[in-house]
Amino acid sequence: MTIELRIDDAIVTAEQGDTIRDVAARHGVEIPTLCWAANLTPVNVCRLCVVEVEGSRPLVPACSRPVEADMVVSTNSHRVRTSRRMVLELLASSVDLDRAEPELLDQIEEYGARPERFAAGATKHAPVKQQDELYVRDYQRCVLCYKCVEACGDDAQHTFAISVAGRGFDAHISTEFDTALPDSACVYCGNCIAVCPTGALTPLTEFVRREAGEWRPDQQSVTRTVCAFCGVGCNLDLHVQDGEVVKVTSPADHDITQGNLCIKGRFGWQHLR
Amino acid sequence: MSDLHVGSERADDAEAAAIERVLATTGPAVARVSARVTLGGMQATASRRHLLLPGLWALQDAVGWISPGGLNSLCLALGVPPAEGYGVATFYDLLRTERPSTTIERRCDDLACLLAIEPPIPTDVDAVESSPCLGQCDRGAASLIQTCGAPPRIETPDREPRVDAGPSPRLLRRALTGAVTSLADYRALGGFVALAAARTMGAEAVVDAVTAAGLRGRGGAAFPTGAKWRAVASETATEKHVVANADESEPGTFKDRVLMERDPFSLIEALAVAGFAVGARTGWIYVRGEYPEAYQRLVAALDESSAAGLLEGITIEIRRGAGAYICGEETALLESIEGYRGEPRNKPPYPTTHGLFGAPTVINNVETLINVLDIVEHGPDAWRSVGTHDSPGTRLLCLSGHVEHPGVYERPMGVRLADVIAEAGGVRGARPLQAVLLGGAAGAFVHPDQRDLELSFEAAHEAGVGLGSGVVMLFDDTVDLRAVVRRAARFFAHESCGQCVPCRVGTQRQVEVLTSERPDTALLDDLEQVMRDASICGLGHTASSLVRSARTLGVL
Ligand SMILES: Cc1cc2nc3c(=O)[nH]c(=O)nc-3n(C[C@H](O)[C@H](O)[C@H](O)COP(=O)(O)O)c2cc1C
Ligand code: SF4
Ligand code: SF4
Ligand code: SF4
Ligand code: FES
Repeated sequence: MTIELRIDDAIVTAEQGDTIRDVAARHGVEIPTLCWAANLTPVNVCRLCVVEVEGSRPLVPACSRPVEADMVVSTNSHRVRTSRRMVLELLASSVDLDRAEPELLDQIEEYGARPERFAAGATKHAPVKQQDELYVRDYQRCVLCYKCVEACGDDAQHTFAISVAGRGFDAHISTEFDTALPDSACVYCGNCIAVCPTGALTPLTEFVRREAGEWRPDQQSVTRTVCAFCGVGCNLDLHVQDGEVVKVTSPADHDITQGNLCIKGRFGWQHLR
Repeated sequence: MSDLHVGSERADDAEAAAIERVLATTGPAVARVSARVTLGGMQATASRRHLLLPGLWALQDAVGWISPGGLNSLCLALGVPPAEGYGVATFYDLLRTERPSTTIERRCDDLACLLAIEPPIPTDVDAVESSPCLGQCDRGAASLIQTCGAPPRIETPDREPRVDAGPSPRLLRRALTGAVTSLADYRALGGFVALAAARTMGAEAVVDAVTAAGLRGRGGAAFPTGAKWRAVASETATEKHVVANADESEPGTFKDRVLMERDPFSLIEALAVAGFAVGARTGWIYVRGEYPEAYQRLVAALDESSAAGLLEGITIEIRRGAGAYICGEETALLESIEGYRGEPRNKPPYPTTHGLFGAPTVINNVETLINVLDIVEHGPDAWRSVGTHDSPGTRLLCLSGHVEHPGVYERPMGVRLADVIAEAGGVRGARPLQAVLLGGAAGAFVHPDQRDLELSFEAAHEAGVGLGSGVVMLFDDTVDLRAVVRRAARFFAHESCGQCVPCRVGTQRQVEVLTSERPDTALLDDLEQVMRDASICGLGHTASSLVRSARTLGVL
């Protein structure tokens, strides 16, 4: 059923079941997101996407709230901008965001977030976990967006190797009893890496280069190919730097993979040059 | 989930027996409709995952902690991935995932006990931890003792708190005489008359009566109960649930505990009335984990009532919380029953349409439910004869702090604050009153100038405070209210579920700012705004309200 609603200054049409974010995006209104991804069920936890909806006391998350007829939505009011700025200040003052996706860093600029106001505050401490030759978990960069948990669970992999454990500021991503990854249920599909927006999860090849100051996305070429390990036909994007494959991804909008791969596609290229 | 990967450790004999008992005692398979009720449309899978929390409790009670082997075996039995089982276990304060010292004392150092009216009693323990409010503020200086191989128990000074039913005794009518622990005694005091009356009236008439009575929720939000019941009654689903929220954890609140300890049958009966009225065949009571006595009395009352054939048409299950204030939030409570981390759901949708296991659900506070018995038995008009027009009925007030006679006081809605305080013996030691805390840690301070305030929903609202869960905590002139505010802030940081950024990091930052020499008010303003505006649930929305109130009073 088609309905009408107002987003900022425009009356727009939408289908019942669309989210505010869907409709806004279709009409060229950009709403920032962090925990949302097209291939994952919305968890609405980061609250970066909050908007004002007339009649609702609190702001509402645009990423998950379905539209209703005659809704009046403001996506960029002072209240909205204040909350977004504060979410960014709270995150950037508690975890290390220097390896986060560029959009997040741009938003810190755009909303004028000043995390240094909380410079004396607690930060997340977690030793870097490298328990195999494939990937690294550096949870002091984790914003707890739940994306890896969803990718490992219901939304893609159905392995359920990781979950959120603990509570409050101490909440963190963990295997059972913090079991080392090789002993856990993990099958090294790397789908968690693919969705992580902060650089908390990276292939070892990326991590090593970043630590050495030798990670140079601007010098990387990306070559699309089809994975040859089996007959499913997954698209692979080989990221090549200095003549070496440093990372493999799959396009999030690919109809077979939706960005997901298995251990062979994700890590089977390690010998490639 | 056939290909569950589980490590090699398994339960030892004691643990295996504990798991067996849980699997044997309870357990209709229940459909879990959605991992997260956000967009709807997810498939239902039959599972016994709702036995996860009882299973974790069984392990904890048997061997004192959740060992890797115990967790693995439990997860295998229930088809739950161990990482998720671990995520659930680590959510709760009372469940331990590291082998503990043999006996642990969790000593309450929250608002009322902070005033150290009486020194804590010395106990023979191996370790002491700080505990949020244990709901024993009428006795003071309370501790929860956790010993290997036994359920937790409460220790308090040996003081008989007041239970004062006031001029129109209703809710406390039976509790006045001490604990009603047998069905015979309960019936002698008029028990199970209301359920019979409800069945005679018919379901619709019960919903009508509750609506006409104008009963509003006593759990904090003051939502009209009749409207909630009507919404669920009108749903056509065959599966529906009624849930009693007995997770009472708001600092300074202990009324539901007194009701359950002294009048446990009434909650069973009231829940049966609710189920009958809305057409739910399953009822759940979610009791705070720190209330072992209430839990045992409820279990006994339920057993006796169902053995006597009084609960035809409804199956009631009692669940024990495990130390998490947030599980009192209605949707977190539902998640907790279902065997997930107690993370509140985003609303809408509301429990009336998408509640327990995705089915339409009524969830009400203990005090709210018990009111229904009188409404059904004596009719809405009689019930409305006390209280005010917009807040009919009586209210249980939890007096604590620097008051001469702490306890539960039942008073008609609209009673003057000064009158209740006077009837409770006034300020302890006749010292000058500095402030009264209404509504708990999520509430607000009232200045002694406002002592004429009427305790009704509308008058409190107008004065910019809330009655919340009935907390009336007195502070004399010796108290450093800034320390009270800091303790409340620490409470919220400790109890945040950690799901959403504004509250997970915001409550932590609020503690830090308040702990500094001269708290930066610009930072407090911004934290208040983002927590109130952008948090998922009421915890984040109200985590700054006492700070704001203290600033208004000029304390900060
Ligand atoms: C953080 C938080 C904690 C809560 N704790 C409780 C509680 O312990 N007991 C309770 O009855 N309601 C509690 N509530 C309110 C419930 O969410 C819900 O409104 C209530 O159970 C509805 O019942 P009522 O309408 O009978 O009051 C809490 C709410 C929040 C946001
Ligand atoms: S690599 Fe795959 S299986 Fe392992 S944790 Fe990540 S998503 Fe789960
Ligand atoms: S590890 Fe990455 S994907 Fe997982 S919760 Fe943290 S930031 Fe999100
Ligand atoms: S507001 Fe706090 S308690 Fe509520 S969902 Fe967010 S983090 Fe959890
Ligand atoms: S993108 Fe909506 S809450 Fe994170």
